[in-house]
Amino acid sequence: MIYQGKQKIWSDYQKEIPDNHWFYVRSCIRQNFWPASEKYFLVICRDMLGRDIFESEHHTTCGGIAYHCDTIPQETAMTIVARQFALMTEAGYENLVTSCITSFGNYAEIIETWREFPELEARIREDLWKACRREFKVPKYLAHASDLIYKYRGEIAERAKFHLVDKQTGEPLKIVEHIGCHYSKMFPHKGVGGAEYPCVLSGMVDAWGGEVIDYPERRHCCGYGFRQYHVKANRGYSMSNTYKKFESMEPYHPDAIVTNCPGCPFFLDRWQYVIAEQEGKTYGPDGHGIPALTYEELAGLVLGVDPWDLGLQVHQVGPELLLDKMGVPYDPAHKYDGLDEKALKKPGLPNVLKCC
Amino acid sequence: MEYIAVIGGGIAGMETAAQLKALGLEPVLIERTEALGGHVASWHCLFPDLSPADKLIKDLKSRLEGVEIQLGTEVASLNPLRKGYSLVLSNGKVYPCRAIVFATGFTQFPAERKEEYGYGIYDHVITNHDLEGWFNGNGDSRVPEAPKAIGFVHCVGSRDIKAGNSQCSKVCCITAIKQAIEMKERFPKAEVYCFYMDLRLFGKKYEDFYIRAQRDCNIHFIRGRVSEVAETIDGRVQVKAEDTLSGRPVRVPLDLLVLMAGIVCNPDNKKLSDAVSMPLDDDGFFHSWNNVVDITRSDRPGVFLAGACTGAKTVPEALAEARSAALNVYQYLKGSK
Amino acid sequence: MDFGFRLSPSSAVDLDKVNLALYDRLAELDPGIRTCIGCGSCSATCTSSAYSGMSVRKVLLALQRGRMQDVEKMLSNCMLCGKCTMVCPRGINTRRLILNACRLYDNVEEEV
Repeated sequence: MIYQGKQKIWSDYQKEIPDNHWFYVRSCIRQNFWPASEKYFLVICRDMLGRDIFESEHHTTCGGIAYHCDTIPQETAMTIVARQFALMTEAGYENLVTSCITSFGNYAEIIETWREFPELEARIREDLWKACRREFKVPKYLAHASDLIYKYRGEIAERAKFHLVDKQTGEPLKIVEHIGCHYSKMFPHKGVGGAEYPCVLSGMVDAWGGEVIDYPERRHCCGYGFRQYHVKANRGYSMSNTYKKFESMEPYHPDAIVTNCPGCPFFLDRWQYVIAEQEGKTYGPDGHGIPALTYEELAGLVLGVDPWDLGLQVHQVGPELLLDKMGVPYDPAHKYDGLDEKALKKPGLPNVLKCC
Repeated sequence: MEYIAVIGGGIAGMETAAQLKALGLEPVLIERTEALGGHVASWHCLFPDLSPADKLIKDLKSRLEGVEIQLGTEVASLNPLRKGYSLVLSNGKVYPCRAIVFATGFTQFPAERKEEYGYGIYDHVITNHDLEGWFNGNGDSRVPEAPKAIGFVHCVGSRDIKAGNSQCSKVCCITAIKQAIEMKERFPKAEVYCFYMDLRLFGKKYEDFYIRAQRDCNIHFIRGRVSEVAETIDGRVQVKAEDTLSGRPVRVPLDLLVLMAGIVCNPDNKKLSDAVSMPLDDDGFFHSWNNVVDITRSDRPGVFLAGACTGAKTVPEALAEARSAALNVYQYLKGSK
Repeated sequence: MDFGFRLSPSSAVDLDKVNLALYDRLAELDPGIRTCIGCGSCSATCTSSAYSGMSVRKVLLALQRGRMQDVEKMLSNCMLCGKCTMVCPRGINTRRLILNACRLYDNVEEEV
């Protein structure tokens, strides 16, 4: 691998990310899968790094999943999105940051479509006005939340309490980075580092002391593929794609996977359990799995947030081996304590995959 | 004295100048770099007879005796005169010219723009041009000592609207076959794969060359465009494609991957064509007066075109056009006396 | 545990892993078979093709991709009429290819 070649590509795909004042829109499924991730995005950006991130309780889904599953036409998705833009405009913001990759792709696609077909934008403005008497400005800058964490990666590194380094050996941890397809595969210039060699996550890993693994199936989809997973009969395809990725990354012995999409960490995490049950195969050391984290969880660990506050207990693959390597302290007794010490209840253990 | 400007010192320009001189005219040959020969000068040997490229360049040079040659200089301006043009070079020299022959050739498609193939990123990915350099004895650490598997990707930046070039580069199919045969002869134990969309082997002796590659060299031809390249844990390159004939995806790890980077227009064409108020084709190559009757004549009186400046050309085509352009200049001057 | 769905088998062909023993031996007996360009003249003219799925083009490709089961099934449907040999633009002796393949088949299969 010629590192300078990658740097050259990265310099071609740098996007402008304003430092401050963002209107934040959440993801439908992340709030259920990894609720603490979105919370800690706000905690890190607002409380720790002092940025102004605004969110409105009035925002809704962007319609992205329905659009990609072919259940609503794009005009409907556009009108939903126009309403979010109206909320942003009313709140006095010009920059929009999304938690979800599919939302990011959806917003980018709609803004791009309006640029090409202004008459369509005019029609959507009219529809929105008829529907709810709202008006909007198109965001000046659109970013994904991982773009912001990428931008702040140096500041996070300066405040780091732990690094992506094996405490025992001093060696950098081996991290697989996985980008959501809708981040830059649709519009390479809208993602940091482009589509083939994105650096939004690898930049974080580098900055926090880890070593990025570039394995043959790095570019491959996590396997979610909306219409594959959502139809049970097709779930075998979904899992087969995840399996392909794990078979390809296995020889590199990764310590963790970091992702920037709502679906990817879910499938890269849960399918390890199903693959273990069906095939008897596990990918981590001694029957364990490879923890698949969100970038907020990784940033949170680096900044010294308690792993259970970050919600690492809701992952199928236990994070303990990773925490031990990084030297992050944790109390096993409190693993299944929720907010205000409300008991989350201890889940049953899988037959094959070792979870702690 | 009145000159004929020949812009571009590749094989087409050299042959044009030699022919003009032989016809009793006074050519001035302008070359931007410090040496004559263009792309062919960096090639090792030429299809379909594996004849050495340096011998061709030497022969062409030997026929340029008495021709005024300006190396390391570019066209600064071309100003219309009552009859012909005043040619001003970037080195300050000025030539009154009765006619101009553009022989500005082509540019090789920058292979790094097909990002998914990883040129400049993966350790063992090179271009057709790099491989000729290696054949010429220029060391290249990307070429392993004893490769067990070698792949060639046809149509890199050719017939590819997404890469901004919809044209066929014409010479890459036969070049891939030539280079595949040469590699097989150097490394008889290696498996050699050619990944192609169509094989376009139109020229004299090309089909024989293809059969030789198949029958005698056992080169594997896979009909499918390479979708992506990645690096494996042992530093090899893994290639993925669809084998369209069997309708299945194929993948294979290789020790060396050669990208057949295509032929695209010379970006300077725009400046030159503007200087003589002449349109370019949409693909950026020079526009011929007629693509069937006479490709070496332009729409402008006294302006002629030779070689790959009007589109991808083989060596014999470029040389034939050079002779045709020289004759056109001769007839033009005779008619305008 | 039954989840109601399973891993889908991969259809990909790993070119570096395919068993080329039979193909290589056939090419040794007649290097002409390597010159196939997959034009499909043989299967278009084949008397048996439309009814049985026999296709010399597919036989050669299956040999090159190590798909032995497909080869065996197709060969069993050949009637040796020789029309494919007459139409091949590359002059491949397809009849000889089929006979050689049938003769070699058992031996190679034992090796597998």
